[in-house]
Amino acid sequence: MLIKAENISVVRNNKEILKNIDLTINPRDFITILGPNGAGKSMLLKCLLEFFSPDEGKIIKSDDLKVSYTPQDFVIDKSIPITSMDFIMLNKNIKKDEINNISKEFNISEILNKQLSHLSGGELQKILITRSLIDNPNLLILDEPTQNLDVSGQLSFYKFLDKIYAEREISILMVSHDLHMVISTTKKVICLSNHICCSGEPSSITKDPEFINLFGHDFADMMSLYKHDLKHNHEGRESV
Amino acid sequence: MKVEKVFDSFIINALIGGICVSIIAGGLGCFVVWKKMAYFGDSLSHSSLLGIAIGIVLGFNSTIGTFLVCIVFATLLTYLQNKKILSNDTLLGILAHASLSIGIIAISLSNQYVNLDAYLFGDILTVTDNEVVWFVLSTILVISILFFIWEKLVLMTINESVAKAENINTFLIQSIFLTLLVIFVATCVKVVGILLITSMLIIPAATARQISSSPGSMALVSGLLGILSIIIGVYLSIFVDIPTGPSIIFTLTLFFIIVLSVFRKQTS
Repeated sequence: MLIKAENISVVRNNKEILKNIDLTINPRDFITILGPNGAGKSMLLKCLLEFFSPDEGKIIKSDDLKVSYTPQDFVIDKSIPITSMDFIMLNKNIKKDEINNISKEFNISEILNKQLSHLSGGELQKILITRSLIDNPNLLILDEPTQNLDVSGQLSFYKFLDKIYAEREISILMVSHDLHMVISTTKKVICLSNHICCSGEPSSITKDPEFINLFGHDFADMMSLYKHDLKHNHEGRESV
Repeated sequence: MKVEKVFDSFIINALIGGICVSIIAGGLGCFVVWKKMAYFGDSLSHSSLLGIAIGIVLGFNSTIGTFLVCIVFATLLTYLQNKKILSNDTLLGILAHASLSIGIIAISLSNQYVNLDAYLFGDILTVTDNEVVWFVLSTILVISILFFIWEKLVLMTINESVAKAENINTFLIQSIFLTLLVIFVATCVKVVGILLITSMLIIPAATARQISSSPGSMALVSGLLGILSIIIGVYLSIFVDIPTGPSIIFTLTLFFIIVLSVFRKQTS
């Protein structure tokens, strides 16, 4: 066990944002949280990160937990001049050589000396995640990382994430709407709508009545199709 | 003004005071530009008149009065911002002009003669030896603290959540930054005056942005531009016989226009 939320509830403005949530993240987990807007997805992440303490319940962390986090809506203000390299090194104890190695590993050498404000959304996410991997975390928490990306940016981003998950001893907890993109990699899907509606393996979750209730028949059917499709094209997708 | 007076002690004092202000403004001004706090800096300097008034009425040093009032102002503002009763700029407008007018009322009721012009537009040529010592000390203090929190402050300026997740105490760092800004305003009022303080923070930083590729170099260039403008502005005001504060700001603006038209890189 890396981190565990035990029966946590959060109330804001008399509204129960999170209700009796139980969640355990183990080493090598890859969990995707799905849910409509206002379902408390970001709040759950922020409780796990201890930005807020829950009104009820508790968060239990293992001693060797090292979390890194990439927030929702990361945009860089144009008035701040900073290169990707300087941003990665900011407030980190790391030498340039090490960054050069890690950037070769993740194919970001070309954008290392560019200004952060000149990067595309996808490039920015890669830099952000590279930065968060520097301290060798064992849990990566991502809040809607592909929100500002177009479809090809999303594809390339999830390929990048697959690679990290495959090559590093890391667990991933991600809020994402792109179930069709992660369905082949993610091990567990949790549907959140203030409480946990349903959870399970991606292959079975789309048949869960609660899932269908939350997202509608069309979405559920589409997801099962995607899964089918992706399995067939898995080899092809790797070579894109 | 005769040419042989160019190195008179009052001019030397003015230059040292001005250079100190430029150095502090160079570092802090970048954050004011990045965090889009121009109006905050403006409001803070407006509220400093209340501090000056309290100092005059109660008979103590106006720099200390300004410092105290600005600290209260910044705390109150941060508290009200978190309450989210009104939008930020409305709050700033109310607090700034309320304290400005209370300050002026207090001064007029005190029945003492006060040269308001000096406070509004600054009077750098009256900087005393004693004040020079204060300027140098507060510059060393502010710059050392800023240096110490620099990376954390830059990171949380780029993204507060990322900084929080890396266990940076963002509330503490932000409070330290605001305190430095308050020290700057309390020190700077004497040199450029209440109405022109924001320009010392904003114009050099905005100019430096056009020719910088890292946060550190932007602060450095910004400080150098400030120093140059102080020197040119002070002598310009002496030789052409114009008010010093506006002369400094005019020089800063000239640099901004020149750099913008030559290097245009990024609009800040």
